[in-house]
Amino acid sequence: MDLTWSEREERFRDECRAWLAANVPPEPLPSGDTREGFALHLEWERKLYEARWAVVSWPPEYGGRGASLWEWLIFEEEYYRAGAPQRVTQNGVFLLAPTLFEFGTQAQKDRYLPRMAAAEDLWCQGWSEPNAGSDLAGIKSRAVRDEAAGGWRLTGQKTWTTRGAFCTHLFGLFRTDPQAERHRGLTYFLVPLDTDGVTVRGVGRLDGDEGFAEVFFEDAFVSDDCVLGGVNEGWNVAMATTSSERGLTLRSPGRFTATAARLVELYHQRAREADPSVRDDVIQGWMDAEAYRLYTLADVTNIVEGRPPGARSSLNKIWWSELDVRLHETALALLGAHGELVAGAPEAVEGGAWMKGYQFALSGPIYAGTNEIQRNVIAERVLGLPRR
Amino acid sequence: MRFAFTDEQLWFRDAVRDLLDKECPPEAVRYAWVNHDGRADHAWEALAEMGVIGLTVSEAYGGLGLTDLDLVLLLEETGRVALPEPIVETTAVAAPLLEAVGSDDLKAAWLPRIAAGEAIVAVGFVGTPFVLHANVADLLVLEREDRLFALPADRATIEQQPSVDGARRLYTVDWNRNDEIPLVSGTEGWHQVNAAFDRGALGTAAQLLGLADHLLAVTVDYVKQREQFGVPVGSFQAVKHHLADALLQLEFARPVVYHAAYSMAHGLDTRSRDVSMAKCYASRAASLVARKALQCHGAIGYTVEYDLHLWMKRVWALAASWGDASYHRRRVALDVLGPPTGPSGPELRNRSAHA
Ligand SMILES: Cc1cc2nc3c(=O)[nH]c(=O)nc-3n(C[C@H](O)[C@H](O)[C@H](O)COP(=O)(O)OP(=O)(O)OC[C@H]3O[C@@H](n4cnc5c(N)ncnc54)[C@H](O)[C@@H]3O)c2cc1C
Repeated sequence: MDLTWSEREERFRDECRAWLAANVPPEPLPSGDTREGFALHLEWERKLYEARWAVVSWPPEYGGRGASLWEWLIFEEEYYRAGAPQRVTQNGVFLLAPTLFEFGTQAQKDRYLPRMAAAEDLWCQGWSEPNAGSDLAGIKSRAVRDEAAGGWRLTGQKTWTTRGAFCTHLFGLFRTDPQAERHRGLTYFLVPLDTDGVTVRGVGRLDGDEGFAEVFFEDAFVSDDCVLGGVNEGWNVAMATTSSERGLTLRSPGRFTATAARLVELYHQRAREADPSVRDDVIQGWMDAEAYRLYTLADVTNIVEGRPPGARSSLNKIWWSELDVRLHETALALLGAHGELVAGAPEAVEGGAWMKGYQFALSGPIYAGTNEIQRNVIAERVLGLPRR
Repeated sequence: MRFAFTDEQLWFRDAVRDLLDKECPPEAVRYAWVNHDGRADHAWEALAEMGVIGLTVSEAYGGLGLTDLDLVLLLEETGRVALPEPIVETTAVAAPLLEAVGSDDLKAAWLPRIAAGEAIVAVGFVGTPFVLHANVADLLVLEREDRLFALPADRATIEQQPSVDGARRLYTVDWNRNDEIPLVSGTEGWHQVNAAFDRGALGTAAQLLGLADHLLAVTVDYVKQREQFGVPVGSFQAVKHHLADALLQLEFARPVVYHAAYSMAHGLDTRSRDVSMAKCYASRAASLVARKALQCHGAIGYTVEYDLHLWMKRVWALAASWGDASYHRRRVALDVLGPPTGPSGPELRNRSAHA
């Protein structure tokens, strides 16, 4: 056991810290789940890309720095510590990209990865449908082979597509063999949203942002090279994406340790007025963020040494999502009557960021597979309990 | 950066696991509830032979001279089998403390015997008022009102204080002041005492991990074979969620405990805080696992005929000793948040307490 960073890693930390200190926007950007906010976020992400900080762990030929997992963790820690904005390109960069690296053809990687890194192609995730949520294998959207045209015709509807209204591309599952078993006849498609027959409609979210979209497909034609990982192989490919979503790549500890540090600051400002019992919640939240960091160090050691987490990534998902809710609840308890003030209120603390963050945190136990489903996964696939 | 144990550490752990499976089966724990001294028959000697009892004693005095990091996994194993012996007190707490603050004579008299498994040291700190296994101790190390001293056990009068866990023989201790051997003075000495307290909390946290691991494993086995409504009860979602939560809390406590052992072994500035996090997490996790284990067993877990209670009661006892979860949470809060502005509870031990 050696819980110290190497000199090389310390240098890497210094380098990213210095760049972030000089470049992170001084004022927080407006929400990336609104059209105007999204545009401002893209400016920031393109700046990240120019300086080669957008996709640090990717190989240089695709715009990265070939950073190790450890360096990536360091970068994330510095990123959130510097108060940099959450990534609006995360569905592409953190979810689709690892899947493309694993399953994509050389041509697909060359075509999509550089443009994704540069925030030119903007990807959204098309899993959910009105009648297929937790039961993802129940999707009905279908793709029918068009032999003559050398491609597929897509029909159906996706829903709850995060930032779908502002994106240029969608990755998602479509049923290609209606006869096959539920999990078998699915194929993973990469779809440009400007394809004829695709319509995108924005849907308002709980927090008032427009960030959701419904996506309708009416005989939309895509070519063969839009299939990722083989026809009827979509379920396995998608499972690789979802394990990124639950585990490390989407939610590194840096975001939560930074939120916990903000909570400690808020405690110092507000402790006098707050109920003494809140002190316990503040420190428990701080410790829980720290515990996630330690868990991750062990997790990364395992990954680096060839012991991938598999279904254990469901443990991460429950931990970070429930932690995020508690950190925000505790902050609201410290804010007392100020807690309900939102952006625009002259008296709002930190521009109402805690209430905004709270509403977003509440979605954590729902998206990326609800926590009820994660508990089932842990029970069945980690503890080995029988299925029903 | 590498947050994992070495192959040698894991190998040692496995060897100790095999030995304890043999020397401390459930019958031995059950027997410790009713026998005359509250101990398992041969486990202590066998552990001493392997070097475990003397693991923290330096080589000069016949020990292995290893660190908290090497010890933590082994203590976890002693928790897994609910070993009814004062190994945390003797090996984790007393031996390093005597080595740090004892006179040369005292060290020469006691450390080789501890390392050989011939002497048991029982300890009583402020905050841990009841002395475990004082009945079989050869030496007592006691902290009372700003004094720390050693006391040959035959000079003490002891009175048993029955614990919920029948294999934990607890005592209050009385003695004649003239028999005391004073152990510490000065800031550095008290730092060592505080470190010893931290080692007690850390060792207990490690045992709680092992206890919880065992409770979860036997519960998983049970719900896979127990059938109701024609199916194993483990196929019911409510049962699954109880056990998934148990695993979640346990798996997140684990790195926190190992990290605290690393901090102690490397003398990091944050070690007291890290140990407090460890004890807080281990106490909470093990208590939750015990609760879930009982619930998922139904009434059979509620009997003393069945072994489950031996482990649950050890969890309850250890979760409360060497500072319970809220005590340690307050200690972390003092370090991270500073003194509370509102009303505060009982005084906390911190590293400047006796400076
Ligand atoms: C902020 C946010 C962003 C999202 N972004 C996207 C996106 O970009 N792309 C996308 O495709 N989807 C997205 N989603 C959708 C998300 O993946 C689904 O909401 C989720 O999979 C749950 O599906 P559902 O909402 O249909 O709930 P349902 O599946 O109808 O579940 C309702 C309730 O029943 C419980 N339940 C269901 N089945 C079981 C079971 N077997 N055992 C126990 N409990 C069960 C659930 O846990 C839940 O509590 C997003 C959701 C949110 C909130």
